Amino acid sequence: MTECSARFADIISTVEFNHSGELLATGDKGGRVVIFQQEQENKTQSHSRGEYNVYSTFQSHEPEFDYLKSLEIEEKINKIRWLPQKNAAQFLLSTNDKTIKLWKISERDKRPEGYNLKEEDGRYRDPTTVTTLRVPVFRPMDLMVEASPRRIFANAHTYHINSISINSDYETYLSADDLRINLWHLEITDRSFNIVDIKPANMEELTEVITAAEFHPNSCNTFVYSSSKGTIRLCDMRASALCDRHSKLFEEPEDPSNRSFFSEIISSISDVKFSHSGRYMMTRDYLSVKIWDLNMENRPVETYQVHEYLRSKLCSLYENDCIFDKFECCWNGSDSIVMTGSYNNFFRMFDRNTKRDITLEASRENNKPRTVLKPRKVCASGKRKKDEISVDSLDFNKKILHTAWHPKENIIAVATTNNLYIFQDKMN
Amino acid sequence: AGLGGCLKAPAEGTGDNQDMQEKETVSPERAEEAKLKAKYPNLGQKPGGSDFLMKRLQKGQKYFDSGDYNMAKAKMKNKQLPSAGPDKNLVTGDHIPTPQDLPQRKSSLVTSKLAG
Repeated sequence: MTECSARFADIISTVEFNHSGELLATGDKGGRVVIFQQEQENKTQSHSRGEYNVYSTFQSHEPEFDYLKSLEIEEKINKIRWLPQKNAAQFLLSTNDKTIKLWKISERDKRPEGYNLKEEDGRYRDPTTVTTLRVPVFRPMDLMVEASPRRIFANAHTYHINSISINSDYETYLSADDLRINLWHLEITDRSFNIVDIKPANMEELTEVITAAEFHPNSCNTFVYSSSKGTIRLCDMRASALCDRHSKLFEEPEDPSNRSFFSEIISSISDVKFSHSGRYMMTRDYLSVKIWDLNMENRPVETYQVHEYLRSKLCSLYENDCIFDKFECCWNGSDSIVMTGSYNNFFRMFDRNTKRDITLEASRENNKPRTVLKPRKVCASGKRKKDEISVDSLDFNKKILHTAWHPKENIIAVATTNNLYIFQDKMN
Repeated sequence: AGLGGCLKAPAEGTGDNQDMQEKETVSPERAEEAKLKAKYPNLGQKPGGSDFLMKRLQKGQKYFDSGDYNMAKAKMKNKQLPSAGPDKNLVTGDHIPTPQDLPQRKSSLVTSKLAG
């Protein structure tokens, strides 16, 4: 795999390829969105795909203060989701804790010149000096990429938005916070429909929150949401207006004799993603990735251990809050490989067909650009072999929470705290 | 039953010393749990549970006087107010607190997840 990387001033909080894979959007803690574009393939250099270069940067969200509730609203971008391209412009939804925005990103590569009443720099001419008339013409100019907010969807969430997901009808989308899920129409900003509400009448009885939600890739009436108790609920909007009662409940039975103080915390699902086919969904909890067949609710069909060696470190991971880290996961384009991040800037890939897995590291010190990545191995206990890293020397501040896989090619984007790495398969 | 100093999760078996004696056969997760409870004896019996959730829902809560804040914003147009001293947590005297200066208010439900 070859690599190129970009350094961010702020902590990267989300990474997402668009539907063609040509564009890669990142959001950060400072409310900024940076979009990278893949270079057009160079016909003479057929051995490498195009590199990703910065295409557009804009400030999506600003910090706010809700005076009524005395609540500070972070500008951190929690999620970005692209709309499929319908015309020359690109559209994406970006959200912070409270407000979702629809951004239009358009290119301008021509400008009109030869006005009669204005100079080229915009100053107005003295009309008495105009002696002839001419027709302004469009002349090429350096490419300018402009981002403008087209819709602002605000004031619909009391709690913090953790997910947005665009429906396969490309007209509606959902937004989920800790206790509620709302359905919006992309054209309408002054109202949304509440479709899930798990807030108990008495907040003292709160036992579970919504951690992620996603629309099914093909069925516009179906969506899922995951919880802090390790369950996933599939809901059908045709069944009722308020989908408080699930159509399916996915939960792996737990052996009660294995239950510990940590059980519920590590079972909390931090991400849920449908496969491209729509037949499966993947969930990420603290220690593992699970693949579920939508036709089978009582257990996952596949389970992959991400970093099982952390099970004997749960006490210190609880003390330093790492046990609450929210890792994301993603599928490759053909749904044959799944990927997720870990600590020490490691990320893991699992091949569902061969059952092989690999651990790689995203770091500049250990990898020069254009070199092949070396697989890593963590030594859980006992004698550490050469090139292995012991659990105790893992850096828990270097976490890879966000990863993305190109929809069609073997190109992946991996975000460490302040750096974005893009890795590509070596061709030939 | 009458085991005053015992700190066991309800699902565990009887006998407060069983864990110590059977350390070798205890799962790593249980061993970690025992470690945690040894360090923080007052840790609540509820595993995971709503304390965490309430803290999660409370994120971002800060309190300040909006009257003072708006007056300060108005005054700012005329003159620069003295900025916060070295100890940003102490906002007294001339300095008008702004949301940025306030320390994050701890949730009243749970002062520390470890203090139960």
